[in-house]
Amino acid sequence: MIIGYYPGCSLEGTSKEYSDSLFAVAEKCGINLETINDWNCCGASAAHNLNHDLAIALPARTIALAEKQGLTEIVIPCAACYSRLSQSQLEMNNHYVIKSKIETYLEMKFTGTIKLLTVIEFLEKYIFPQVDKHVVNKLNQKTACYYGCLLARPKEISSLKRSEDPMEMEEVLKIAGATPVKWAYKTECCGAGLSVSRTDIVAKLSGKILEDAVDNGAESIIVACPMCHMNLDMRRPNIKEQIKKDINIPVLFITQALGLSMGISADKLGLNKHFVPTDKAVKCIIKKEA
Amino acid sequence: MHSSNDHDKPKGLKARIIKDTGVNITECYQCGKCTAGCPLNEEMDIMPNQVLRMLQLELPGYEDKLLKSMSIWLCLACDMCYQRCPQEVLLSKVMDYLRQESIRQGKVNPKASDILKFHQSFLESIEKNGKLHEMGLTLSYKLKTMNLMQDISVAPAMLSKGKLSLFPHKVKNLKEIEKLFKKTSENKGGEQ
Repeated sequence: MIIGYYPGCSLEGTSKEYSDSLFAVAEKCGINLETINDWNCCGASAAHNLNHDLAIALPARTIALAEKQGLTEIVIPCAACYSRLSQSQLEMNNHYVIKSKIETYLEMKFTGTIKLLTVIEFLEKYIFPQVDKHVVNKLNQKTACYYGCLLARPKEISSLKRSEDPMEMEEVLKIAGATPVKWAYKTECCGAGLSVSRTDIVAKLSGKILEDAVDNGAESIIVACPMCHMNLDMRRPNIKEQIKKDINIPVLFITQALGLSMGISADKLGLNKHFVPTDKAVKCIIKKEA
Repeated sequence: MHSSNDHDKPKGLKARIIKDTGVNITECYQCGKCTAGCPLNEEMDIMPNQVLRMLQLELPGYEDKLLKSMSIWLCLACDMCYQRCPQEVLLSKVMDYLRQESIRQGKVNPKASDILKFHQSFLESIEKNGKLHEMGLTLSYKLKTMNLMQDISVAPAMLSKGKLSLFPHKVKNLKEIEKLFKKTSENKGGEQ
């Protein structure tokens, strides 16, 4: 089975382990991911902050290329890219004037019928039906599932059933043999786009998220967005400075957690690429009883 | 009776926002849920509900205050306000509009200059490569802000973990990207 794949810039750079672990899990389940030829950056926060039309046009080019390639579904693991591509497709489909204007810039047709999938939707649709065969380990730890903003909001593009207290990631983690904890910060914002220009703010927001996860007994945090991961993992020294507390809880991508339960090696899943050591999370794992 | 040249009058900010973004800001009845849920309410100089109230009332000086505020630059577009708004006012879209208007009128708050420079460096990197080159972005931002030592401590680890590449990955058909930048800049300020 072939599914289209949009990596986005982070998954080819700072969050390569997210892409590696997604491919490892997909390969295990016999699913081929086909990258969109000549894809470009979605424009991220910068484009919608500074230039509305550019924020529609950049993702539209990638979607039009995917249509040309004959893809009918694309998985977009980065929650920020998913948000930008979905917003663009929504505006193009809802506003004829914008659509015809952008189509002339692109010199390509845009039909807007392609199905865009978050990583959670992809796992539910293609991995869950065959997961029983592949899960050999139990993660055997308490996890805090962190959605952040862009998977949960706005409702027009979110795939989650409950936007304030979603449970879809918890379902994945239960399958992987973990115990999800109840906590309050699962859809709070980590500070995302201000990571470089206002690190102090990001450290404050991310610090609150880490504190609440730990206070509720979590031993690891599971994420599905490279921006969230970077802020919760790489920004730990800045967080320490802000909240005057040393928190060493590891942060794993959802595909790494699922990969571990499938017996894929920590190396192949890129667990050595994080700033906060992940060995504590790996050590908890036990063999699943037959 | 209306005078015949009503249509020719330049529209105020409120009318322009409603026309260009499609967000009906007059719907807001000041319940304050947006401000209560905003993760950055402690940092903002004008609260989210106040932004809407000031736009509604259009009193003298309000437009200037809004365009010179920090709030419009701090908004993360996390959409918690929209999620909880009983009137479904899409405030993040209004914030996008206010930022772009603030640049057009040259009223960007000096304290927001690093935030603006980061966004500009980001777009320059995409215009040049079609994809973000993280190393290039970092260098350009550092030179623009002269925050040369910022984050220098994480660079070696990023490099050794293979998370930073020295050279950009480029889109093959860069002409298409350049055209999108050119065309969307020419028509800035038009219908959204």
